[in-house]
Amino acid sequence: MLELRSITAGHGRGTPAVRDVSLTLEPGTSTGLLGPSGCGKSTLARVAALLHRPDRGTLVLDGTPVTRWRHRAPREQRTAVGVVFQQPRLAADPRLPLHDLIAEPLRACGRRPEVRTRVPELAGRVGLGADLLGRRPHEVSDGQLQRACLARALVLRPRWLVCDEMTAMLDASTAAALVGVVEEYRADTGAGLLAVGHDPVLLERWCDRTVHWSELAGRTP
Amino acid sequence: MTTGPRTPGPRTPGTQPPGTQAAARPVLRVHGLSVRFALRGGRYVEAVIDAGFELAAGECLVLVGESGCGKSVLASALLGLLPGNAQTAGTALLDDGLDLLAADERTLARTVRGRRIGLVPQSPAAHLTPVRTVRSQLEEAVRELTGAPRAGRRAAAEAAAARAAFPTGHLDRHPHELSGGLAQRAATALALVGDAPLLLADEPTTGLDRDLVHRTADELRAHTRDGRSLLMITHDLAAAARIADTVAVMYAGRIVELAPAARFFGAPGPRHPYARGLLAALPEREFTPLPGNPPALSALPPGCAFAARCPAAGPACAERPAFTGGLACHHPAVPEPARA
Ligand SMILES: Nc1ncnc2c1ncn2[C@@H]1O[C@H](COP(=O)(O)OP(=O)(O)O)[C@@H](O)[C@H]1O
Ligand code: SF4
Ligand SMILES: [Mg+2]
Repeated sequence: MLELRSITAGHGRGTPAVRDVSLTLEPGTSTGLLGPSGCGKSTLARVAALLHRPDRGTLVLDGTPVTRWRHRAPREQRTAVGVVFQQPRLAADPRLPLHDLIAEPLRACGRRPEVRTRVPELAGRVGLGADLLGRRPHEVSDGQLQRACLARALVLRPRWLVCDEMTAMLDASTAAALVGVVEEYRADTGAGLLAVGHDPVLLERWCDRTVHWSELAGRTP
Repeated sequence: MTTGPRTPGPRTPGTQPPGTQAAARPVLRVHGLSVRFALRGGRYVEAVIDAGFELAAGECLVLVGESGCGKSVLASALLGLLPGNAQTAGTALLDDGLDLLAADERTLARTVRGRRIGLVPQSPAAHLTPVRTVRSQLEEAVRELTGAPRAGRRAAAEAAAARAAFPTGHLDRHPHELSGGLAQRAATALALVGDAPLLLADEPTTGLDRDLVHRTADELRAHTRDGRSLLMITHDLAAAARIADTVAVMYAGRIVELAPAARFFGAPGPRHPYARGLLAALPEREFTPLPGNPPALSALPPGCAFAARCPAAGPACAERPAFTGGLACHHPAVPEPARA
């Protein structure tokens, strides 16, 4: 289970973006989180992905409370959650060709030998050909870069996936294709999903259940 | 399950400005517009190929297509904002005959950008000045574009912010303190300041939630009252359905269909197989992606660029279909509509 318990988190100015929010994800299930832009969804998603230390509250990952965040989090916890953001340009190192971008988490974890098999396999899954893998972010479209970012999020075989507005910048066909890749990965591995977004039509079509931001605040589990 | 696009919403059809004859020159006439980028090793990326369309006064034309198909390059070409390795061909004439593709940077900077063509850029973060507050950037634009005296600038800036649904309470923030949606609205407000006769909005609703998409689209549409024109680029078909008079579909650098919005989003729907596939991918329709990927613009196939993904492809498609009667396809899904 991925449990967000009474999370309060912000950016250190005024009222925190997330106040006393609780949400529990069951393994293997998909949850869509709906809310207006600017409400704090992304901040909560970053907490769930161990990228943002909450001011108060606890994140419990498969039974273990998370006490350290970002690069200080233990590798086992850090690699259990894959994350895809809305804006691939802000999430990708502009110097890396897409191949290296996808391989980056493997290298960072000392799993270089897997690069040769994992990267082509994932590139195939997300629909990136050899030509595209050699290009750098500025030489590909947002949709192609987002395909690479999704592959990177899956490369360590995470048990959880957090997709924050993953398709918001994409055309209908690329969006449907990437949702298809996520669902195929989940069917293979049994990974759980938190999909954050603002489009009820999309999230209701995609996820087992959808919850609205306004239902989460100020509740204890 | 096939349902219509989300809330196509009420639309006012494009209206001619008062006193203008039907024969009035279009606000923009694009003909044979091509843009290619030189790559290392003598190769080229053909980002826009032979694009042509006209934009009447008061008309809203929405350009849709898969990401990377050339939409933003087309917009950048019209504004002279292409990088140094770009080569262009064709013409893009404003109503007085100024060719945007031939004009020098000085003319574009002094008389076109912001004044005759307002731009809502695709990446607002990149166009907002990081070290200055939104208010100061808006007031600066008001000063530069309208020459308003100091006393009137604050109100004008706040009015532009309100039109773009940018909250007044956030005006004193710096761009890095804004969420993506707020930065988008700040960029839209900046583009509205000059009240230009042509507004070019590149993905103006990205990152906004549904209500704000509608509000922003409606505000941009409202800009076309009094005969101003709007060219909106978007991947959001619901936003397009809401405000378009005309839809242009781009695939692999080419405009493949140009159609009245009502026919495109309603019955009988698009004529081009790619456009039909794009609509079918919507979560409120079939939610099935088109198979495969678009071809690399650096290695376009000789025939129809959509053939590898097209359910209707046949031997004729090895030959590139010409763009005639608003369509580039050998086997359209719907016959050509009878002319009224
Ligand atoms: N780096 C930051 N510095 C200051 N404020 C921020 C930062 N990032 C986000 N915020 C603010 O936090 C609030 C919530 O933002 P966010 O979590 O991105 O919401 P959402 O994902 O729902 O759009 C917004 O008011 C936003 O302006
Ligand atoms: S020309 Fe042929 S391949 Fe191209 S879209 Fe039409 S039917 Fe399909
Ligand atoms: Mg967000």
